[in-house]
Amino acid sequence: MALSLGESNRAIVTILGRDQTGIIAWVSGRLAEHSVNILDISQTIVDEFFTMIMVVDLNPSKIGLADLARMLEEEGNDKNLQVKVQHEDIFTFMHRI
Amino acid sequence: MTITFAREEIQQTIKMIHEENLDIRTITMGISLLDCVSEDIGRMEQKIYDKIVKNAGQLVTVGEQISARYGIPIINKRVSVTPIAIAAAHLNTEEMVRIARTLNRAAREIGINFIGGFSALVQKGFTAGDLALIDAIPQALSETEFVCSSVNIGTTKTGINMDAVLKMGKVILECAQRTADQDGIAAAKLVVFCNAPEDNPFMAGAFHGVGEPECVINVGVSGPGVVAKVVKEFPEADFGELSNLIKQTAFKITRMGELIGRAASKSLNVPFGIVDLSLAPTPAIGDSVAEILENMGLERCGTHGTTAALALLNDAVKKGGAMASSHVGGLSGAFIPVSEDAGMVKAVEVGALTLDKLEAMTCVCSVGLDMIALPGDTSAETISAIIADEAAIGMINKKTTAVRAIPAIGKKAGERVEFGGLLGGAPVMAIHPFSSKMFVNRGGRIPAPIISLSN
Repeated sequence: MALSLGESNRAIVTILGRDQTGIIAWVSGRLAEHSVNILDISQTIVDEFFTMIMVVDLNPSKIGLADLARMLEEEGNDKNLQVKVQHEDIFTFMHRI
Repeated sequence: MTITFAREEIQQTIKMIHEENLDIRTITMGISLLDCVSEDIGRMEQKIYDKIVKNAGQLVTVGEQISARYGIPIINKRVSVTPIAIAAAHLNTEEMVRIARTLNRAAREIGINFIGGFSALVQKGFTAGDLALIDAIPQALSETEFVCSSVNIGTTKTGINMDAVLKMGKVILECAQRTADQDGIAAAKLVVFCNAPEDNPFMAGAFHGVGEPECVINVGVSGPGVVAKVVKEFPEADFGELSNLIKQTAFKITRMGELIGRAASKSLNVPFGIVDLSLAPTPAIGDSVAEILENMGLERCGTHGTTAALALLNDAVKKGGAMASSHVGGLSGAFIPVSEDAGMVKAVEVGALTLDKLEAMTCVCSVGLDMIALPGDTSAETISAIIADEAAIGMINKKTTAVRAIPAIGKKAGERVEFGGLLGGAPVMAIHPFSSKMFVNRGGRIPAPIISLSN
């Protein structure tokens, strides 16, 4: 796996929190509004605890990663959800040699 | 495409950052000031100020951008410069203080929280510039906010300059006296080294060595909380397994440093120097090296077994970290600063950790007697003797050792000092009541040790 450091514009969106109606609708809607393309979603619920991991591509989008992260984090807070958006390289570097 | 990471991996990374205090402790830009020399002190001040602002003006902004991009905190952005005793060797003491003020002004302008390099390397003797700088240290550190100072008084190759050791005891005491109303904060910005590394990104001891390039990015990682958590989760692990667990964790922590270092280097268009793979604690609960040792099975850090536990930890951190980075350097090891580590503070308070045990611990880890508060009536000669002991450990063991001691003016053993922020606070530690005066006043150098016959 290439250690892209900037060439790739893919990010990992993670959402953690108590399950409620419309989490995916909300986040995918906000991403679509900003032309952020969803590449993959994986989601589970364990004991009413919702966890979602999403791979998104920011290339088609005009919004910067930091701005997207701030927006989703703030809106997520209002819904009692912990939302993080991080460039994929942090996971690549930590878990792949 | 499919998700290229296991759910557990992503969750682990997030947990390490948000629950276990994993962060990048510092991005430190090293800047050479060798081309800033001028006979005119005013002109020299301007050249130094301009060069720092030009090179590091974007450091804080870029650090914040990288932090947002990867979702990992970068706690400190800092600058280290060529040892001023070399870059400004022709200046007198008064002019050295002016240079310190210039460094402070530049640091304030670019928004960093420390600038290191008000330093001298005197392991074998003093130049006129070295003497001027050392005499300027108390005034410079007590009248500036951001400037950090270090003096290297010994190496394995040269032995220990005991004249410098004697001098530094007095300098430390004067630093504390001049800032007595702030619990001696000036002394907390001064490190006395043996075998000082030239690429260390951590303060107060960072300086930009003369073998370094024009400008360089060095990164210091942190993460004792992450290691403490892993150790706690496996109480049954034998020492081989324990070492492996720590190695794997140190690898992951250091990879974060490598990523951030590369990203900063690219954004700032400055070469990437090293990752310093130290475990650097903070006063925050759960970010303690002492806690790791206690999780290994010691009732309190400082009790019998602590040196062995620390030796295992330090070695495993290096083994794991070395593979994670293309270039490892700086201090690279577990730090055991007392005031900056809540577990160490507790250990001192309950009487488990004494100065003597701390000294023994420094034989097997980075860096030395760090952030220790001494009784206010400690004599300069006793401080010098403490430095001499620590330097001897470094010299003989071919490792970096250091002393950052703060005489707590007007306070006795058991009372508390508070420095605030990352420097924390600590109880004053008891020292031996017997004098070392005649010993440290002998003068001259302790000869360099023999390297063969290594028992």
